[in-house]
Amino acid sequence: MQFKEKGLTRRQFIKKSAGAMGLLSLVSSPLLPILGRAKASETDSGEDHQQEKKHAWSMVIDLKRCDGCTGLDIPPQCTQACISGHFAPKGHKWIEIYDVELPGGGKYFLPMPCYQCENAPCVNVCPVGATYHDKDGVVLIDHHRCIGCRMCMAACPYQRRFFNWGKPEVPPEASLAEYSPLYPVPAVRGTVIKCMFCAHYLQDGRLPYCVTACPRKALYIGDLNQDIAGNGTEIVKLSKFLGENDAFRNKEDLGTQPRVFYLPGHGQDAGRKADDDRPLLPNTWAWGGEGYNKKVGVWPWEKEVK
Amino acid sequence: MRARVETFTERLERTVLSPMAKSSNSYKALVLFLLAVMFWGLYAFIVQLNYGLMATGMRDTVMWGLYLVNFVFFIGISHAGTLISAILRVSNATWRTPVTRMAELITVVAISIGALMPIIDLGRPERVWHIIVWGRFQSPLLWDIVSIASYLSGSILYLYLPLIPDFALMRDRFGRGTSNVKRKIYTWLAVGWKGTPEQHHRLEKAIGIMALTIIPIAVSVHTVVSYVFAMTLRPGWDSTAFGIYFVIGAIFSGLASILIVMAIFRKIYHLEEYLTERHFKNLSHLFLVALLFYAYLTIGEFLVPGYKMAIEEKHLLELIMLGQDAGWFWFFVVGGMVVPAILLIFRIGRTIPRILVAAVLVNIAMWIKRFIIVVPSLKVPLMPFEFGTYTPTWVEWSITAAAFAAFVLIFAVFAKIMPLISIWEVAEENEQREHATEGKGK
Repeated sequence: MQFKEKGLTRRQFIKKSAGAMGLLSLVSSPLLPILGRAKASETDSGEDHQQEKKHAWSMVIDLKRCDGCTGLDIPPQCTQACISGHFAPKGHKWIEIYDVELPGGGKYFLPMPCYQCENAPCVNVCPVGATYHDKDGVVLIDHHRCIGCRMCMAACPYQRRFFNWGKPEVPPEASLAEYSPLYPVPAVRGTVIKCMFCAHYLQDGRLPYCVTACPRKALYIGDLNQDIAGNGTEIVKLSKFLGENDAFRNKEDLGTQPRVFYLPGHGQDAGRKADDDRPLLPNTWAWGGEGYNKKVGVWPWEKEVK
Repeated sequence: MRARVETFTERLERTVLSPMAKSSNSYKALVLFLLAVMFWGLYAFIVQLNYGLMATGMRDTVMWGLYLVNFVFFIGISHAGTLISAILRVSNATWRTPVTRMAELITVVAISIGALMPIIDLGRPERVWHIIVWGRFQSPLLWDIVSIASYLSGSILYLYLPLIPDFALMRDRFGRGTSNVKRKIYTWLAVGWKGTPEQHHRLEKAIGIMALTIIPIAVSVHTVVSYVFAMTLRPGWDSTAFGIYFVIGAIFSGLASILIVMAIFRKIYHLEEYLTERHFKNLSHLFLVALLFYAYLTIGEFLVPGYKMAIEEKHLLELIMLGQDAGWFWFFVVGGMVVPAILLIFRIGRTIPRILVAAVLVNIAMWIKRFIIVVPSLKVPLMPFEFGTYTPTWVEWSITAAAFAAFVLIFAVFAKIMPLISIWEVAEENEQREHATEGKGK
């Protein structure tokens, strides 16, 4: 009688418990990642995180020497070399030169690669661990994992990240390249892409495309751990070089700790005056053509705009 | 006396259940129209899958657009329901009874649609499972997913529990006349409800627990939605007040939605006896409080950075208040704050139309406010270059329209399979009132 009133037999109890467990596991399944691997990619790329950090790649850009290639009447060669080296999709300038106005009139040129920040906002916000620091301190992107949410682009205070909005049109030779996060060629549609300090070259002891291509030798690639930097023709002791030349970092106050240092100047070593108003010449892409500009028309019934 | 009580309950059952038994032609026309809009949106989504996000107006500077605006908007109106009904339940506001069901239904529908938006927004929607497999809890997006999933499951439970006695009623009422399948479904949904005191006690207890549980979850949902923005170093987003700002904004637009839904169903389902002017008035008081609170937070959000005029904030304020997006912003200020406040404070004209106009204005203005939050902040250059631009394409507008159509459609379908007013609670309340007057009479 008592049991009847409660309306619960053992069989029902077991059934219901199983149901409740099932429901509970279903509901809590989004919580699983907490238990799983919180820091995904590092372990995944096959590199041992405990391994001694050999390098701390960094870059020094001597603004005294950078005239944006305006003195040579050519487009910025760092950007151009980067485009052709990485078969960068049309419009992507992973290293880009901005002109910044000087308080006393005139302007200087500021080449901006990805800063590979030590406290990188982009790495913090990635929901799937697709962007991560590799053992040498370079911020890489795993394009097979990236879901294209663009949270990292919102987080980057320097706007150094690009998105492959459509299927990137790249020359046929790009498809010969073997993809790796160190050398993301060919670019993958629907994912974020950026400068990665040519980490595949650094591995082999070679210099990045932009450093080699700079006609003014304004770019130095270096290693903070070994305290050394070079631009292809000269080698400097990094700490001394930064200290003696009043090095600064962009938006230091944000606490992102960029690994790119600037030596203040306006291209005077390349013979440029601050009030020289010759503009930067536009970079060119040998590929992409109209393909990357493929987009839908203003109205559904219109043909695609080319 | 006894007979009058019977009539009340009978009439209640008849009015609330009758729309579920038959469908009018205009209902069918509405469903067809909504389906057409949804299929159009589906076509737009296929175009987007085909072209990639190239089909949208989003580009490298303004990399989020309408989809995120809709996301914040729908998650916002989802607060209508559960939070408001739970707060009223916990605070024992008895007048809430005929309102809660609709509120809870808004929540479940809005949150389902809102949660779809970021997935549509992904560059690689087919990789969404990566979040489960490789999710990192450091990312605000993962907080969103956990929080929204909990809110959705909690809200479904919270909608379902008070429905059990009503499902039992429908099992008994529809038993003979309707199809076998329908009866079986209602029998299954009613989980053996017999209306014994023991069952009543347990149900009340369960509802009470859910009401308490859902409040912190609801608050957390909109807080972490705001954190997607607030955790970045962008002008306008980089704010510690963003959590509460979004929560209040959600309650504000949620109340507006519930008022609209109430007015619509009052009219077409003839619920005038249960949804009285008093309900509209009481909710409009809450609505006004939310409006004033939101206005206060909005002033703070603009005054504090506007006083200091840090360069990026200055660019943003100029863009919003004087520049390209000024039209939107001032529409929000006038149409979403000033006019509704006047309508709610000065009681000119008939009550329900007056409150309804305010609610409609607020919902439009709050969608625009979400646009003002998401887009202009992204237009501001963080580096020395030109301002970004953003013009949504027809693909984005179509998917947005489809989202709204889906909201109305799911709501309309649910309105056919469950009573929109909690019959047993209203009947119970009426009985108590009758007892009270009887007691006084003696």
